[in-house]
Order: sequence, then C-alpha cells, then structure tokens
Amino acid sequence: MEKSALTFQELLFRLQRFWAERGCVLQQPFDVEVGAGTMSPDTFLRVLGPKPINIAYAQPSRRPADGRYGENPNRLFRHTQLQVILKPPPVRIQEIYLESLEAIGIDLKEHDIKFEEDNWEWPVGGAWGVGWQVMLDGLEITQFTYFQQCGGMDLDPICGEITYGLERIAGFLQDVDSIYDIVWAIEPETGRKVTYGEIRLAEEEQYSAYSFDYADVPKLWEHLSLYESECLALLEKAKGFEQMDALTLKRFPVLGAYELALKCSHVFNLLDARGAISVTERVGVMARIRALVVGVAKIYAAQGAAKSQAALQG
Amino acid sequence: MADFLIEIGLEEIPARMIAAAQAELEKRVVGLLERERLVAAGAVGRSYSTPRRLAVLVEGVAQQQQDMSEELQGPSVKIAYKDGVATPAAVAFARKAGVAVEALQTVSTPKGEYIVATAVRPGRSAAEVIATELPKEIAGLYWPKNMYWRQGRPERFVRPVRWLLALLGEAVVPVEFAGYVAGSVTYGHRVLFGEQPVPVASPAEYADKLRAAFVIADVEARRHTIRKALDHATRAVDGLRWREDHGLVDKLTHLTEWASDRSVVLGSFEPEYLDLPEEVLVTVMRDHQSYFALEDSAGKLAPYFLAVLNTQAEETGLAVIRHGNARVLRARFNDARFFWEFDQRTPLTQRMELLKSVTFQKDLGSYAVKAERVQALAGKLGHMAAGRGVAVNAEALNTAAQLAKTDLTCELVKEFTELQGIVGGLYARAQGLGSDVADVIYDHYLPQSMDDAVPRTVEGALLAIADKADTIAGMFGLGLEPTGSKDPFALRRAVNGVVKILAESAVALPLTLREIAYAATSDQAVAARVHSFLAERLEFYLRDAHQQAYDVVKAVLASGNDDVRDAVARAFAVTVVRGGQDFVAVSAAFKRMKNILTQAAEKDAAPAEFVNAGLFADDAERALWERSAELASEVAVLRTEAKYHPALELIATLRPQVDAFFDAVMVMAPEPAVRANRLALLREVLADFSGIADFSEIVVAG
Repeated sequence: MEKSALTFQELLFRLQRFWAERGCVLQQPFDVEVGAGTMSPDTFLRVLGPKPINIAYAQPSRRPADGRYGENPNRLFRHTQLQVILKPPPVRIQEIYLESLEAIGIDLKEHDIKFEEDNWEWPVGGAWGVGWQVMLDGLEITQFTYFQQCGGMDLDPICGEITYGLERIAGFLQDVDSIYDIVWAIEPETGRKVTYGEIRLAEEEQYSAYSFDYADVPKLWEHLSLYESECLALLEKAKGFEQMDALTLKRFPVLGAYELALKCSHVFNLLDARGAISVTERVGVMARIRALVVGVAKIYAAQGAAKSQAALQG
Repeated sequence: MADFLIEIGLEEIPARMIAAAQAELEKRVVGLLERERLVAAGAVGRSYSTPRRLAVLVEGVAQQQQDMSEELQGPSVKIAYKDGVATPAAVAFARKAGVAVEALQTVSTPKGEYIVATAVRPGRSAAEVIATELPKEIAGLYWPKNMYWRQGRPERFVRPVRWLLALLGEAVVPVEFAGYVAGSVTYGHRVLFGEQPVPVASPAEYADKLRAAFVIADVEARRHTIRKALDHATRAVDGLRWREDHGLVDKLTHLTEWASDRSVVLGSFEPEYLDLPEEVLVTVMRDHQSYFALEDSAGKLAPYFLAVLNTQAEETGLAVIRHGNARVLRARFNDARFFWEFDQRTPLTQRMELLKSVTFQKDLGSYAVKAERVQALAGKLGHMAAGRGVAVNAEALNTAAQLAKTDLTCELVKEFTELQGIVGGLYARAQGLGSDVADVIYDHYLPQSMDDAVPRTVEGALLAIADKADTIAGMFGLGLEPTGSKDPFALRRAVNGVVKILAESAVALPLTLREIAYAATSDQAVAARVHSFLAERLEFYLRDAHQQAYDVVKAVLASGNDDVRDAVARAFAVTVVRGGQDFVAVSAAFKRMKNILTQAAEKDAAPAEFVNAGLFADDAERALWERSAELASEVAVLRTEAKYHPALELIATLRPQVDAFFDAVMVMAPEPAVRANRLALLREVLADFSGIADFSEIVVAG
C-alpha cells in the first residue's frame, strides 16, 4: 500500500464529506438486497416526479452470479458503490466530480482521465440513461449517467447519477493487485492494518457457495411466488387512490411494495446463479419482475400526484 | 467580407459520433450561408472537433445580403383599372408588394395585359440572418442517441451544451441554443489548462488560441501528433514496432483534446502472459483497454503496450500513469487466464448438451438445433462440391460443424464476445482435435465485413456458407427480411459474406447461389426469396468490392447472376474492353438492335423463325450473317473456357460488318418477309453474343 493512500473507510469518509459539503443528504445503505445502488428507492423512486433531491449513500450491491468463492482477486459477489444523485444536475457537475477525485488524493495533473461513452440500461426497471464510464489511467472508476427514463416514464427534471466503484478506487489508490489486500482501516493504537479480506473474505466464500451450490431451488421459486403475489396484491389495491382519504393515501405502502419487488429481483438473481432458469423461462420471469418494478414506479408517481392534488384541494 | 466561426462546447461527445457530426455541421453552416447569399456558391468551410467541441470556420462571408428586387405579377389590367383609375384590387396588390400605386407597371403576357410591381427586398445583415437561422441547423444535427437535460425538456442533443462561441470578424453573433447565447470565449483542456475562459478575438486566431490552451482542435493535426507520439514512445525499446491499427488511432483521436510527445506511455506486462493466445491478448488490449499491441523485429507479439493519454505529464507523472495502466492490464490478463483454465475443464466435445440452453432465436430454437441444421447443410454443400472435383475433408467438416457453436458456453467468450469462433478454434486445437477441425471452427464467422478475409480452407468456407445461409433462410422463413435501413439480424452482412467467400475462396467452390438457397431450406417459396436476396447482394459485391461501374454490373448480371466467380470474371473482362472504340461501336449497335426488336414487337412485326439466307437483299446482310456465325462458334469456345477477355475482343471485331449493315440496310423494310428475316438476323446476332454480358446495357459516353 502506498504510504499516503487512503484506507477503504477513509475513502468513503472523504467522498461522503465531499458530497455533504456540496449539499447532498447522506443516507445510510438501503437494507434490502440490491444489485446496484440504482435500485435503492433513494435513487429509483426519488428520481421520479418533479421534486429536486441531492443525496449520497454507500450501497453494498449483491450480484450472486459474480461470486468467485473469494478466489478471484478482481471479482466480488458483493461490492460497494458510492451512489450520488443530483436532481436536477448542476451545470458544473463534471467539474465537481473531478474535484471529488482531487479530494481523495488523485492529482489530476499526474493522471489520465477520459470520459468514454457508456450508456446505462435496466430493462427490468424500465430505466435508461446516457453517460460515460470515467477512465482513470485505463481503469473504470465511475459510472456517470444522465437518467432519461425510469419505470417506463420520462423524467423531468432528469438527474445526474455518479456511481463510484469503491473497491476499484481503493485498490488503485493503494496499488494492490487483489481486492482482499485493500487496507480497510488502520488501528490507531497499534498501527495494525485491517484488510478487506479480513472483513469480507468469509462472506465471499460462503455466499458464493450458497448462491452456486446450496440455495434450495424449489424454495427459491416459492419465495419468488410469495413475494410476487403480495406485491401484486398491493399494486391492485393502489388502483383506488382517487377514492382514498388523505390519511389512507399517504400511508399507502408503495415503499413496501417496492421492497417486495426488489426481493423478487434478488431471488431471480439467485436462481440464475444456481443455473435454475432455462432460457425459455428467463424471458418470462424477467417480464414478471418488470411488471412489479414498473408497476411500483407508476403507483409511486400516482401517489405523489394524488397527494399534491389533495394538498391543493385541502 | 469577414470570417465566420461557430463553436459548440459540449460535455464529452461519444467518440464514434464525432466525425460525422463535424462533417454535418460544416455542411449545414456552409449550406446556410450559401442559401442566404452570404458566401459565393461552392464556398468551403474548415471544421474542427474534439470530444468537447464542434467548430466550423468559413472565410469570405458578406456582412450584408444584397438587396433583392423581385417582380410580382398582379391582377389583369382590366381588373386593376377602371376608366384609368386604380381599382381597390390594384391598391391592395400595391400594398402587398410594398410599392406605391403609381409605381405599378403593365406587362403583356400571352394571357393578356397584367400589372406588375417591382418589390425590393432589402438584404439583412449577416449577423441577423445567422442568429436567426443557425440555431435551427444546430438543432437539426443528427445524433445516433440523444438526451434531454434541461427542465421542461426544451431540446434534445447528444450531450449537454456548455457554451457557444460565434464570431463574424471580430463581432459576436448572438446565436442562441440550449439556453446559451454565443459569446467570444472558448475553453481549454480541463486538466492541462483549467476552467478559465479563453478569449478569441477573431476566427483566424481560434485554432492557435486553443493550442495555447492545450487543445488541438484540428483533427488531422491531432491524429498526426498521436502517431508521432506512438513512434516516439516505441523507440524507448530497441527493435519494437507498434502494430498499425487505423481504427484505434481514429478512436483515440476522438477521445483526446491534446497530444504531444509526452502523451503516450509505453508499458509492459509479464512475459508469461504471452502463453495466452495472441488473439485474446490483443483483444484485451485493443477492444477493452484501447491499447496498441507491439511486436518484436520478428513480428512476434512483444510484452508491451502503448496507451494514448488525453493529457501530457512530466516523467514522474508518466511513470504513475504507466504503472496504473499496467496494473489494469495485468488484472484483465489474469481474468482471461482464469477463464481459459476454467473452460478447459469441460472440453468442447462435452459442451454440445449445454448448447440446448442457449437460444439462437426464439422461433428457431437453440444453438444445439441450429448446429444440427448447419451440420446437415454443410454436409450437403460439401457433397455437391466433392462431386464436382473439389477435395473436401468431409469428416473434419462434420466435426467442426458439430462443435462450431459450443464456445458460446465458455466463460472466455461470455467475457470477450467478439472472440466467438476464434476461441472455439483455439480450444479445439488445445484439446487435440487437430488443425483440420480447429481452423474450420476458427474461421467460420469470416468474413465479418467486406474488408475481412475469407476462411482459409475449403471446409472453413463451406461451414461459413452453411452457417450464414441457415441464418438467412431461418429468418426469411419467419418473415424477418431486412427492410430499408433496418437489418437487426445483420442478414445483409451474412449474405455479403456468402458472396465474398464464393468469389474469393482460395479453392473455387463450384456452387451457385441458387443451389445454396435451395439447399438451405425445403420451403420453395422461402428459397426463392433467399435466392433473389443473394443475387441482389452479388450486384452490391461487384460494385462495392470491385468498383465495377453500374452499367457493367447490369450488363453482366443480365447474362447470368448465379455463378459468382463467373460473374466477377465477366465483369472484369467487360471493364477492360469497354473503352475500346470497336467495342463501344458494337455495344451501341447491339443497343440499336435491341431497340429495333422492341419497337418491332410493339408494332406486331414478328421476326421470322429462322434466318433465311435466300431472302437477303443486300451484301451487308449476308456479310453480317456469315461473319457473326463464324465468330459465334469461336466465342462459344472461349466462353466455355472462361476466356472472356479474348472473347470480347473477338466480338468487337464484328464492327465493320455491323457498321456496314446499318449503313446499307433498312431493317423495317416494307416487304414483310424481308423485314421478318432481318429481324430474325438481329435476334440471332444478339443471342449469339449476349452470353457474357448484355451489351445493350453498356452506357456509351457522348
């Protein structure tokens, strides 16, 4: 590790402080399994509708199929994204982003930065945007996206999304060849280095084994059906927004429905990692989950509109 | 007269879109100035681009449009004046034309006397015209993918606009777009120069001002500097040479704003990675990292790479950048090695079963099913070729067809999809299947474009044709023919590939387009559509790959469009002789013959069934008849030997007889028998000599 390089947790602190100082609300990670920071309701739902929001949070992101039992130095079952949402995006968004790199100790004069076209799409969420992957000395360190649609709906205002790959950046700053060698923290008393491997290797080993070898396929299918049916039932009830009184309306659990949809998405990923989804089934199951996720986005927008309508009348 | 400059400042434009947008903006700006009479017709502009800007400079722009006078025609005199006094109609017309009633004049036209007004439209200032019209041109630029960014979605563009600069001479033209009004400042390189504005006093100093701000706006200058920097960095190690790659140079030119001798780093990787196949290493470097590969003096891949930077740095900075890039490459190579080793655990021969769960197309089934179809088709085509004397290794072809798609189940192909087929070939070799099989699999996606090579072996060519023909027939069977610009399954590319292989394979494959189409599907109607699609692409091939003139292609294909090689040979021969005077004359005469026959048919004047020498009334008739009969048999012999050039030369020698015939003989003679006999003579001559090309299609200059 380079002497002056930030530890993994210092890196997170610095980036969070940087964005907090620029007006972002710091949120804690979302506590349901997601494959990316985008899927947290703090992004997926808050980008809908007219209300501005600046928010940042670190999001552990689970991708069961990417697990490698902790044996591959570059791939993880669960990695950490620092997600920043700026809605609407400020004019100097790219410059501010570059300043955030300086804030974590990257002297831009001594590095090569390129913004290369990379558009983002999450078909299951009816979401897409255009943007770049930011390359630092040949390493993709950030996804930078201007959202255009979400839940199949056009966004206005749009938002700028900046997603930092924290393990990648830490590995780069510390110049280590394996993720597991990243220094997570240094004990102040002893100077002992706590590594990423020490904290997370067991998770990688066990969750890889669970996703690939142990997960009970018939049970997973059951989970999927259960979560799906409950979500569908909520979507059905949401059809009565116009008839609801203000209290019932504002307490209607759109967010609960979204969690159920996310559960389905994660179970799908587990089934996929388990090799349990045939190609013919695949398209159909994805369509089922899309119906849930897009359905929730639609009722979220409808609830927001109904609430502001009610406020106007009240 | 002044220079005009427009610059649109943007967040990074995707590299692949820049060149076309730059050209289009230049065309639009020059077109606008021409249309508005602000530059002379045929004026040329100069354009610039970097990832963060598009700019166009046009010299010699007038400050002001000339006034234009225009004659407007009004009502007839009868309506305009009553008893010599202007009527309300005349008054209204004068008002509309913007002239006094007294200024109205009278003109005589074939339809009678009318009043006219000469209206003068005062020219507008260039600044006014440009400020009004240019925003529409900017908004009209074509981008393959657009975005909205401002609230209320007022405009779509490739990326957010961040500034505008517009100068006519030294004056700002207030062009407005995307919420910005143009000013007289631009911006330099983000890192090397910083955020402060760069004032530009006049268009002429634009490029120099930017250069001082670490931006090379001229694309060719930047490309040249990058090439020099690549050479410069390569010289650090004796005997190294970077592998030319125009596509990659182009991409990097459009990914950078600046280049200098200190903007390329030469890095290295551990030589043990050279144990991985070169194809994999080069793909990682080129497609995933945009690095240039290098080779030693023997042409062997060397353990080095070149990274082109969008910056420049001192030696310490370059060392950091070199180290960072090398670190990323090592991780990538490690991944590739991991996949390679992992894949070897399940040999290709055990992967056929896995193909059942890889969909080829939802209505056409899995790749396992496709592999079976392709295997049968390749076998059929191989059998046909073998029956016509081509040496075909049927067993290798069969095994390769069976295994060709199995690499789609391998991790390495999932990671590097562009290496499909190639990885299969490499694995087949590594797994002891022998080069007879491995090379066939390796080549079977070839050619991917008109510039690409065709498969090296007969079996490779047969499998490539069978694979493509099966895809085409399958898609056509589902009614998924390409239409207009829509060709989502790249069927045109597949057909071009079939034609190219037939034309260019090292060993000629004696298969016709018809045979391939009808072997690929048992549905006769689908086969017929596939066949005509193949024939249509043969026309494209002759024009695109061999730059054959339109009329030559038409003439040649009119005489047969089924045997690709034969069509190519005939086209070449026609192109060689078409300039000769005798050939031109004979072609013109053939065209005349064809016209006469057509016109005669329209008048129900039928040719006789046979030519009857007894009915010849003129020596010229007899001479043409006798000479063409002699030539026809010689030409026929040459044709069967595919000696098209001498055959055509021979046909051209018919000129004296043809000329004499048309000088002396009137075909449409009044006597029906003579006329019918002459028409029969023309028909015979045409038939005898149209086997190589339909010469009447040849366009004769003048």
